[in-house]
Amino acid sequence: MMFAAQSIAEFFQVFGGWQYVIAAVIHAVLLVHVFAVSPFAFIWLERKVSGRIQDRLGPTRVGGMFGWLQSLADGIKLVQKEDLCPSAADSMLFRSAPYIVCVAAFSAFMVLPFSDGWVAVAADCGLFIILAILSLEVFGIIMAGYSSGSKWSLFGGMREAAQMVSYEIPLAICSLVPVIAAGSLNLGEIGGMQRGWFTNWFMFHDPFTFIAFFVYFVVATAGCKRAPFDLAEAESELVGGFHTEYSGMRWSFFFMGEYASMFAVCGIASILFLGGWNTGLAPIDNALYAARSAGADGSGSAAVGYLANVIGAGIFAAKASFGVFVQVWLRWTLPRLRIDQVITTCLKYLVPISCFLFLGATLWPIVLVSAMGRSTWTEPVGDRAALGLQETRQGNGGVAVTVEPRVDVGLVVPGSNEIESEGVVQ
Amino acid sequence: MNGESFLFTVFALATCLSALAVVFSQTVVRMAFWLIIALGSTSALFFLANADFVGAAQLLIYVGGTLVLLVFGVMLTASGPYLKITTSSGEIVMGSCVGLLFLLVVFASLNGVKWRDPSPETITAASHVVSTGNTLRPLGLSLLGSRPDKDSTTDGDTLSPGYLLPFEIVSVHLLVVLIGAAYLARAKRRAEC
Repeated sequence: MMFAAQSIAEFFQVFGGWQYVIAAVIHAVLLVHVFAVSPFAFIWLERKVSGRIQDRLGPTRVGGMFGWLQSLADGIKLVQKEDLCPSAADSMLFRSAPYIVCVAAFSAFMVLPFSDGWVAVAADCGLFIILAILSLEVFGIIMAGYSSGSKWSLFGGMREAAQMVSYEIPLAICSLVPVIAAGSLNLGEIGGMQRGWFTNWFMFHDPFTFIAFFVYFVVATAGCKRAPFDLAEAESELVGGFHTEYSGMRWSFFFMGEYASMFAVCGIASILFLGGWNTGLAPIDNALYAARSAGADGSGSAAVGYLANVIGAGIFAAKASFGVFVQVWLRWTLPRLRIDQVITTCLKYLVPISCFLFLGATLWPIVLVSAMGRSTWTEPVGDRAALGLQETRQGNGGVAVTVEPRVDVGLVVPGSNEIESEGVVQ
Repeated sequence: MNGESFLFTVFALATCLSALAVVFSQTVVRMAFWLIIALGSTSALFFLANADFVGAAQLLIYVGGTLVLLVFGVMLTASGPYLKITTSSGEIVMGSCVGLLFLLVVFASLNGVKWRDPSPETITAASHVVSTGNTLRPLGLSLLGSRPDKDSTTDGDTLSPGYLLPFEIVSVHLLVVLIGAAYLARAKRRAEC
């Protein structure tokens, strides 16, 4: 209930009871743990995957089985390290840069829904906000590069700036492709629409969203400055790139931010393309949704409804973690590109491809309506548009949202789409 | 003091103090850093006022776009390690004159609004926004040329035009700018070859 609060004002209105404060604190701590603990798991994963790919074992000793405590041992080591600041550095900027990265990566989880209605701020333009917040992370990297007073760092920072300025364009356009299919920027609504069989996932909505998923994933990998796009670090040429001069906790803040933003972009991918918290199997999905709405309106057990949401959050986390795994896998498989190749890939290939996908996605429903008489290629399973949407808005969390009658998801009106495409393409 | 006004105070103070820091710091990149704090806190104020879209646009355009370009430009063009700007006394006088004039405009426009007893239309519009927290849908519809918030209150004969025309003008303007930038940045063929 707390987490379906539609606005900050409403959040403070329900602030009356102590039980809500306690519930809010518990959930906020859980959210911090998504940010703080997931890097530990992902760093361990990175080590093990890279070990397997390079035909070695990876960590085995610390913590017994599979070296699962290795990340914790590293964390203790990093906390103990001396906090250095080079004499040539602009100390104020140098010290504050890691916090910008961390704050930006962490704030993104504020609008990311983990399950049906499980979102800290259910904003109407959630996708726009999350992209805006994630775009702040680059500033910390640039500032770290600039203020270190070292040429390696400066080169890393400059590369990162050039890379991010170019890659933000295809990232935004690609994430708009499923938005055209959904007709909403609200991440919770977009996730709820993909309920039912996995053919309802926006990845399978039309050929353009299918390609857009892969383009988005490539661009998102570049956006998190992961190999083969990790030009900002490029340890073989720039020592450590933007973090050359950092040590200890400030250094690890960059990496916590990096892994958290990897999880965030993969979470966005799973909501936009892969059905979010839906299993992709209609009977299971329907049972989970029924349990949630029964728990919310009091006709069923609230604990069962909560459990259904936990299962949803687990499915979401599994999808997002799989995305992170693929990014790790890519890192140890592909060689690093040169900076000119990175920019060429973006401006000459990814931007035109994503513009083409955007245009195609606007035209697809029009063509399909005139050819087949309906706007999706599959028979809509389980009244996806009407039913799924209503329940997303009213069923969960007990907050009934009044919405104006809007254009039906299944039946896209050609006129409105044309106007939209003109505006955004330019 | 409830939670909301507490947060408002925090972010308003952060905005003002870091804006002052922008004025009084000498290094360009430090100014950019304080500007991030100022603009970020401004967008937090927008979020507090339920204007999600404006807040996110503020972050994306000013902090994620303009400031990154600013620092990028400083990195590419600076000759020394940390570029400094010293303001002459003439510039201080000019700047404070412009600032004072702007303050007058803000003061006058703030006085022009009846904060104590707003009109019933304002109250209905605001209560709708506060109860749902969703400002994006009416905003999008008015950019497409229909004003559901206004047209529902009038009798239906006079429809409000919305913002379709300004939106299209801005789009064409952006297109012109893009073409111009591409023209300026094109690979120039030398005259003698």
